[in-house]
Amino acid sequence: MLELDELKFGYDPLQVSASCEVTERGITAIMGPSGAGKSSLLACLSGFLPPVQGRILWQGQNITKVPVAQRPVSILFQDNNLFPHLTIERNLALAFTRRLRLSSEAKARISHALEQVGLFGFGNKRPSHLSGGQNSRAALARVLLQRRPILALDEPFSALGPAQKVEMLELVKSVCAAENMKCLMVTHDPQDARLIAEDILVVSKGYVSGPFSVTEALDPKTGPLRTYLA
Amino acid sequence: MAPRLVPITAGLVVCGLTLGPLFALIAHAGIGGSLLAADWAALRFTVMQAAVSAVVSVILAVPVARALIRRQFWGRGFVLALLGAPFILPVIVAILGLLAIFGQNGLLNIALAEIGLPKLSIYGAHGVILAHVFFNLPLAVRMVLFGWQAIPAEQVRLAHSLGLARWTFFQVLEWPMLKRVLPSACAVIFVICLSSFAVALTLGGGPKATTVELALYQAFRYDFDFEKVAMLGMVQMGLSLGAAMIAISVRVPVVGQGLDRSISLGDTSWPVAVWDAAWISIALAFLGLPIASVVVDGIGGLWDLPKSVWPALGRSLWMALISSALAVALGAALASRTGEILATLAISMSGLVLGSGLFFFLRAWVNPFDFALFVTVLMNALMSVPFVVRILRPTCEATAQNYGRLARSLGLGWPAWGLWVALPRMRRSLGFSLGLSAALSIGDLGVIALFGSAETATLPLVMYQLMGSYKIEAASGAALLLMMAALGLFMVFDRWGQNARA
Repeated sequence: MLELDELKFGYDPLQVSASCEVTERGITAIMGPSGAGKSSLLACLSGFLPPVQGRILWQGQNITKVPVAQRPVSILFQDNNLFPHLTIERNLALAFTRRLRLSSEAKARISHALEQVGLFGFGNKRPSHLSGGQNSRAALARVLLQRRPILALDEPFSALGPAQKVEMLELVKSVCAAENMKCLMVTHDPQDARLIAEDILVVSKGYVSGPFSVTEALDPKTGPLRTYLA
Repeated sequence: MAPRLVPITAGLVVCGLTLGPLFALIAHAGIGGSLLAADWAALRFTVMQAAVSAVVSVILAVPVARALIRRQFWGRGFVLALLGAPFILPVIVAILGLLAIFGQNGLLNIALAEIGLPKLSIYGAHGVILAHVFFNLPLAVRMVLFGWQAIPAEQVRLAHSLGLARWTFFQVLEWPMLKRVLPSACAVIFVICLSSFAVALTLGGGPKATTVELALYQAFRYDFDFEKVAMLGMVQMGLSLGAAMIAISVRVPVVGQGLDRSISLGDTSWPVAVWDAAWISIALAFLGLPIASVVVDGIGGLWDLPKSVWPALGRSLWMALISSALAVALGAALASRTGEILATLAISMSGLVLGSGLFFFLRAWVNPFDFALFVTVLMNALMSVPFVVRILRPTCEATAQNYGRLARSLGLGWPAWGLWVALPRMRRSLGFSLGLSAALSIGDLGVIALFGSAETATLPLVMYQLMGSYKIEAASGAALLLMMAALGLFMVFDRWGQNARA
């Protein structure tokens, strides 16, 4: 269980309150109007934005004050998810080691992760030599190596074409299922939620509400997002 | 990412190196001293020559920059590169080049004699101003060029589509920019010229053309009148403080940013083209001929080099390396707004003033002349720090902004951040600032002139001594050597930085 207990975050004119729980597995979409605080919610969860008050509990443990690097959360941002000057292999290695020379065991772990995202053999390439979709895959492979139980997606696939985005979302779904990860995904697109999400948190007018079932949240007449979708 | 201790330590080092010598100077000066007529004359001359140099540089810069911005021609890139050259060209080398053109037996006087006109002398006030214009015209041109480029292309296109007449175009687009850029260019050059010791040392002198720093040097070297040194140091410090206030409020573009875009300012008629061509040729000749003559005369002079040149070259090289490493270390640690202000305050205290302050400070315990090289390295590093800060700060901030979150989420500590992120991301600007500070340091003729002796002479000092004893061939050889060393250092480091990936 991931529990937001009387949580308040954000800056003064835009302070958001959240009191809700989501399950330990599966994919939860986070939706709502622009500027409502969806990204802030992920930033707060992953430790970049200290909350004003309240607690965040993961499996009953208070993680509110745990430093970013020790949280059970890995996050993919809209951009800059890979260091462009480092090879894919080195980028992935930074998930678990600071050693200059990679042991053969480390290399094996990296190539296994690359295989999982369909990038086997791309380790010695640099991000600039890969397509946008391949870079997203590489970033996802790094997340796998970080071995954190929660994956936060802050619209990392928004720059991809529609077909590639669907591919990535399906990859996220299968990877999360295989690794038993919880995924929280900010999105603008109801299609994304329909495609892979089990439930939806709605961030709007200073409150986080839900989780709602996907059909309930996206109902154009009665759902909480009806004005946003219209 | 780096712990706060690093910038704080660097800040304390810079403050200590600035304030320590100043306090020593103040303590030594006491309160009793008063300025003699000659000192007042020096003060007046210092301010006057700086003001005239600034105004002349800026006035000449406008037509040159205008010609460069609206013309596309073969070799334009070369001219723009030449505008960066005086920055890394050692002052003393450039002066030798200027002497070859404007000196007693220079090209200009030969030409004047041909047509039966009397000789002109480069020594004195106008020589000092000439040299200052040589060094600062390129800076002024660059600042004005940046101003023109900053005019949004849409506005230029809009003005053309409205069919604005030439004069209206100028009033609407160009004049507001010039009104903003010219005063700051003037201010920067004024500040630079207030404490440009080597020019005054070689071309100035006498009652009519002695700057405060030159008077300080003479009191130090020839009269051993340390009380006077301290007092003149205070005067220069007062000037510098005033200058620092100006310098902080003005942004200076550093060499090497893209100026390759030209804009159409309308008017393509041939008289205008001739006018532009004339200005570009004048600037090219004025900047290029002295440098070319250093190369030409220097090749012959290489065979006349005295033995003392080689150890001096070696000394200069290692001093430049240490000093640039120090400057970049301090500059990287201070790459923030506060750091920039601090570093600018430090530089505006002239090296000569700080050097003499350090002299008094050291004298309490040791023989300061034994520490000539140490003091010079320290002062040269300090003088480069503001440039380094200005170069590094934008990349430093961009790196932290773009990759700070990713690094935090990966839990990179600051050694890993430095090794895997900061160093590779900033390599280009690190290389550039290492090269720049090494070139500035190897060409410096300031503090070393105060402290230097035969055993501790650097290459610029040896060259100055050769010029002083009229061994012009040998001096030319040394000048070429020094120029190649400065350029070589700059290029090696800059090339290293350019090899950065992605």
